Amino acid sequence: MRLKKRVSAYTLAFAFISSSGALAQQKAEVLHWWTSAGESAAVRVFADQFTKAGGTWVDNAIAGGVNARAAGVNRIVGGNPPTMTQFNTGKQFDELVSAGLLRDLDAQAKAGKWREIMPKLIVDAVTREGKAYAVPVNIHGQNWMFYNTKVFADAGVEPPKTFPELLQVSDKLKEKGVIPLALGGQPTWERNLFNAVLVGHGGPDLFRKVLGERDQKAAKSPKFKEVVEIYGKMRGLVDQGSPGRNWNDAASLVITGKAAMHFNGDWAKGEFIAAGQTAGKEYGCTIVGETPREIIGGDVFVFPATKDKAQLATQDKLVEVLLDPASQLEFNKKKGSIPVRMDVDISSMDACAQKSHAVVKDPANQVEAQELISTPNFTGAMQDAITQYWNTPNMSADAFIEKVTAAMRDAS
Amino acid sequence: MATIPIRVPNLAASRTTARSRIRKRLPAAFALLPTALVVLVVYIGCMLWTVRLSFTSSTLLPKLDWVGLAQYSRLFANDRFLTSVENIAIFGVLFISGCLILGFLLAVFIDQNVRGEGVFRTVFLYPYAMSFVVTGVAWQWFLNPGLGLQKLVRDLGFPNFTFDWIVNQDMAIYTIVIAGLWHGAGLTMAILLAGLRGVDEDLWKAAKVDGIPTWRVYVSIVLPLLRPMVITATVLLTTGVVKLYDLVVAMTLGGPGIATEVPAKFVMDHLFERNNIALGTATATIMLIAVVSVLAPWVYARYVRPQGRHA
Repeated sequence: MRLKKRVSAYTLAFAFISSSGALAQQKAEVLHWWTSAGESAAVRVFADQFTKAGGTWVDNAIAGGVNARAAGVNRIVGGNPPTMTQFNTGKQFDELVSAGLLRDLDAQAKAGKWREIMPKLIVDAVTREGKAYAVPVNIHGQNWMFYNTKVFADAGVEPPKTFPELLQVSDKLKEKGVIPLALGGQPTWERNLFNAVLVGHGGPDLFRKVLGERDQKAAKSPKFKEVVEIYGKMRGLVDQGSPGRNWNDAASLVITGKAAMHFNGDWAKGEFIAAGQTAGKEYGCTIVGETPREIIGGDVFVFPATKDKAQLATQDKLVEVLLDPASQLEFNKKKGSIPVRMDVDISSMDACAQKSHAVVKDPANQVEAQELISTPNFTGAMQDAITQYWNTPNMSADAFIEKVTAAMRDAS
Repeated sequence: MATIPIRVPNLAASRTTARSRIRKRLPAAFALLPTALVVLVVYIGCMLWTVRLSFTSSTLLPKLDWVGLAQYSRLFANDRFLTSVENIAIFGVLFISGCLILGFLLAVFIDQNVRGEGVFRTVFLYPYAMSFVVTGVAWQWFLNPGLGLQKLVRDLGFPNFTFDWIVNQDMAIYTIVIAGLWHGAGLTMAILLAGLRGVDEDLWKAAKVDGIPTWRVYVSIVLPLLRPMVITATVLLTTGVVKLYDLVVAMTLGGPGIATEVPAKFVMDHLFERNNIALGTATATIMLIAVVSVLAPWVYARYVRPQGRHA
């Protein structure tokens, strides 16, 4: 009796599985790491569009970029790849390309005129030996400075335009009893702040030479030393509770007016929006530096190579959905980034996004994010050096530069 | 081994008994086969694979070239790795000795037949029921100078009170030890308490008759009796030291700077975040060597030597 029941349960289950397989013609399993409230709302835009286009979206969200990327790489290498999987714009998927594990998307790129509608360095970042291998979906600016407008008004100072100015202004803010700089004291954010100073004070060329070309001469130049010294002085602008703090807690210090400024990528905007604040009113956003240069990166999707025709058709449809102007606009509104297509009308987006769009429009202002020009290994070695320098107040600029040149030599 | 009795005349009989013995053992061997295979392929195999990879220049994907000891020389020139080794040594010594001492004292305390023993036992053992992640986050908040203990004491009217170890590079590793102690002392207590309860009542009575002070009985009589429990606790705590990772990630993320980095985190970061499989596996190999060189004398003393003596 019991056996019979179990057997029939198995047959039923089997029937379900096989029938659902037969029904879903275009089933796309998507692996990504967008798990926070804003992010998952953003990815739902793509999912809905894909469903509308007749596909079935199987969402496989893995918390944490590192974990998700590791899972994606393992499944691709292990021969059981998802339909598409997420990476950051940059070098993270280089070896998958050279191992021939990713689908060549050059036909889609040509048909979609990516070269005409996207910033050059974003297209370059997904291109390997002349062929596109990933679909960029957004542009994140990484060196934004968010500030509390009321705190600045109360202190009677203007938000700083350059980094030396920032140091001066901070003295006034300190007198008023506010924390000049809110920082999430974790290695990633300490590095992010360093990069903001490097591009803002040292300029894009120095940024590329140091981080991209690992030019030891550039690292020993007086300009780089100036950058390092300014960064060193900024150690005194954070509060004691900064080490180990999460970036969103740092952002909330600015939201509540306890701190004046917070450097971060434009994803931090989500925190301000969630607190009911409006860009340009309670908080402002700006890029510090003589000419505002924006460090841009973002997210891409790669498509594991397959010979299955149905899968290929599904992937084609996904590419279409990702780059559709309407889904681009909606997705990026929720994500906090700006559309990767510069031809999308963004007048309905907030003040910060419009500012970002205006800066990025001029190719001279586009600076590659570190992960676009540097290997994860060198990025990590730089991060180790930066976090040591930031957290050791008596470490001199020269000692830090020594560490940087050592990292340039050793890290492959 | 040298004194195996050989009975020449009864050769046939001994062969049949040997055969039947094998037949008797066959099912057991079959049952163990999957486990043996798993151990061989998964544990030993992966271990060898890891060691092999540490001699390559693999980055994101494994590559089977040969670069000799290049990764190791890179490793021993790496600040962060050296700090990690130093930290794990500090943590290991303080954590294991601290847990044993604290655990023993707690066990002795409970062994005094205090009222509400059950409550105390639960309270002391409770931290062990938490994951290291929860422990780490809780202690991170508690020790944060801006919102934890320091702020509390200052608000109570001691404005000069300072306890900023967690944001102080020189002291941060000790906060990890504190959190580890809080987590692990209860388990040590439970193990040692079980041992204390097994001590013969008559020993106590005899000691009382002889007028030996209680502390002396604990130190000179009870503690030696507890040797197996102490060893068990030490082994459990040692595995905790080697795999120390989650507590650090939750509590300080290796910071401030690189002040609380540990080897396991170094491995994880290089394997999965920095696409540097070779350096990660080299570190893992060093960890393996360290563990083996700690374990080897113990295994020798425990299993190899006695056998040699008794045979």
